[in-house]
Amino acid sequence: MPRTESPTRRWIRSAVSIFKKDWHSELRTRYAISALVMFVVTTISIMVFALGSESAPADVLSGMLWVVIFFAAMSGLSRTFVTEEERGTAMTLQLLATPGAVFCGKLLFNLVLVVGVNAFTVLLYTVFLSGFVIKTFSIFFFTILLGSIGLAASSTIIAGIIAKANTKGTLYPVLSFPILLPLLLTCINGTRLAAEGAFIEEAVGEFQFLVSYIVVVITASTVLFEYIWKD
Amino acid sequence: MSLLLEAHGLKKVFNRRVIFQNISFTVQERQTLLVTGRNGSGKSTLVKILGDVLSPTEGTVVLKQASDANVGKRVDWIGLVSPYLQLYDEFSAEENLQLACAMRGLRWHADDIHALLKKVFLYERRNDAVRTFSSGMKQRMKYAFALVHRPPILILDEPTSNLDTEGIQMVKDIMREQQEQGILIVATNDLTDVETYDLQVDLNAPH
Amino acid sequence: MFKALLFAWMTAVIVLALGLPMVAQPQVWYQFPTIPALEEKARIMFFHVPTAWLSTLAFIMSMVYGIQYLRKKNLEDDIKSAAAAGLGFLFCFLATATGAIWAKFSWGTYWNWDPRQTSIFVLLLIYGAYFALRSAVEVEEKRATLAAVYSIIAAVTMPFFMFIMPRILASLHPEPILNTEGKLHMNTTMLVVFLSSLAGFTGLYYWMWKLQVKANILELNRHS
Repeated sequence: MPRTESPTRRWIRSAVSIFKKDWHSELRTRYAISALVMFVVTTISIMVFALGSESAPADVLSGMLWVVIFFAAMSGLSRTFVTEEERGTAMTLQLLATPGAVFCGKLLFNLVLVVGVNAFTVLLYTVFLSGFVIKTFSIFFFTILLGSIGLAASSTIIAGIIAKANTKGTLYPVLSFPILLPLLLTCINGTRLAAEGAFIEEAVGEFQFLVSYIVVVITASTVLFEYIWKD
Repeated sequence: MSLLLEAHGLKKVFNRRVIFQNISFTVQERQTLLVTGRNGSGKSTLVKILGDVLSPTEGTVVLKQASDANVGKRVDWIGLVSPYLQLYDEFSAEENLQLACAMRGLRWHADDIHALLKKVFLYERRNDAVRTFSSGMKQRMKYAFALVHRPPILILDEPTSNLDTEGIQMVKDIMREQQEQGILIVATNDLTDVETYDLQVDLNAPH
Repeated sequence: MFKALLFAWMTAVIVLALGLPMVAQPQVWYQFPTIPALEEKARIMFFHVPTAWLSTLAFIMSMVYGIQYLRKKNLEDDIKSAAAAGLGFLFCFLATATGAIWAKFSWGTYWNWDPRQTSIFVLLLIYGAYFALRSAVEVEEKRATLAAVYSIIAAVTMPFFMFIMPRILASLHPEPILNTEGKLHMNTTMLVVFLSSLAGFTGLYYWMWKLQVKANILELNRHS
């Protein structure tokens, strides 16, 4: 049995292969991506129709952007764990990989997914909601980036939890919302600063906050995931 | 390498019902353990506990090496075939074996994979999605999946289910090979499945 | 014995809290100072603050027993955790409600998005989520594990929330609606009654928790 390689290298290979497996599977079936794209298109369309010819002030639109992002995340980020349970491959995954590698692989997948979806959301949002104008692009960029990473981190661990429960659909947003609230509020604030044209120095507090949130959530998740995952 | 698998006082309670308790045994290298019991007696549950995919309510399973070298993760040492095992059926047979290696953190070699597929008589279908396989083919695929990392411990739950004569012969050959160099654990109701065994755990008997 | 003492204590607290007169310049020891603009309604403080305090205490207790369960896998720890959370939920609901009433008295509206009010509401959401999760898992051991993990994650992210609330609100509302709770001038009598209420409620909580745990453990043992 070949075990001449270092455990770290094996662990990385394991996590990466889990990520690639999920990704290839997604590319073949395209379930999550198409559902998410349609969700974002529908939600933004509703908003445009609801606003009609009125335009909303920039800080309201900043908040609404994150509402769309949050619910899009809730539509798509639990799939990675839920499909394993539904298809019965959770046990297979347990046989092959360590909990740490599983979590890391799934987190990577959700990260790529959420960054992609958010980029798409931001694009549609800025195009179709004329009141939403970004004056300081750098603040906006980092807010979306860090916000997406934090979103992926929390969403993945909560997805791990609800995958083992029964009523998966509505439970996911219910559990995620209190956990994500600090992140969402900070991102809304950052977006608002970007829309107002603030200097990047003013948003440093927000960025520090987001980074520490990400670090804390990922650390806690790494420690706790094993308890959720192992039956 | 002299391997030892020890079970001490295994007990599993599920929703307040005791499935089994006081299960203890020691299996050595080149030994075969036979697990028998009625349907619902907990054979598959015990198999899952030994395979480290389920935690016992009480008791431990320990893997030891005579040289006292660090054993590491038990999953690395074990190959499992079970009716509960699901493969990634949107991927092909060959891709599944590649995944089995990569997810264990191992590099895969095309030659080894091809040889293994030939051994389970699935080489011709290596590029077909497992979804298209018959139940017998899927069972054979599970064997390839379990053997791809050459595990010292092979655990078979209902080894011959869904298999035709050719498949059953394949299983017997695999079992014999495993008995020569490692630990074999077979859980079954059909005693014709196993030719020889050294220990038996009967889950029907009161403990 | 404890029950009788608790009963007597709480009766005394309630009587004193509601009964002692509020005077602008307290002359005698049994008089409370009047708080401008609130007057009689300030009495709600004797009940609101303990419930808020208890909902936080209960959450921490629930989390601690959750951690114990993860370490030792003893279902009794999960029972203790869930019982604490149940009471915490109740007290949190009361705290949110009494807080809203107090807000109405102080600032005219029931809801103000001030840091503390919003925090207690988020705690209520966490409790709700905790019980939603519990009811969605049938297997006891799994339910205990998942609930414990969730309560730890919630506990870990709560400080972030406490931290940013003042920041966010300072920027959203130019004139900070900082509550003047902390600036209440209590004379000694008031302080004594206040602290006694706090102690009494904590005792009440502890008693209810113990009772709930005992009942649930009995039921657990009866079935196995």
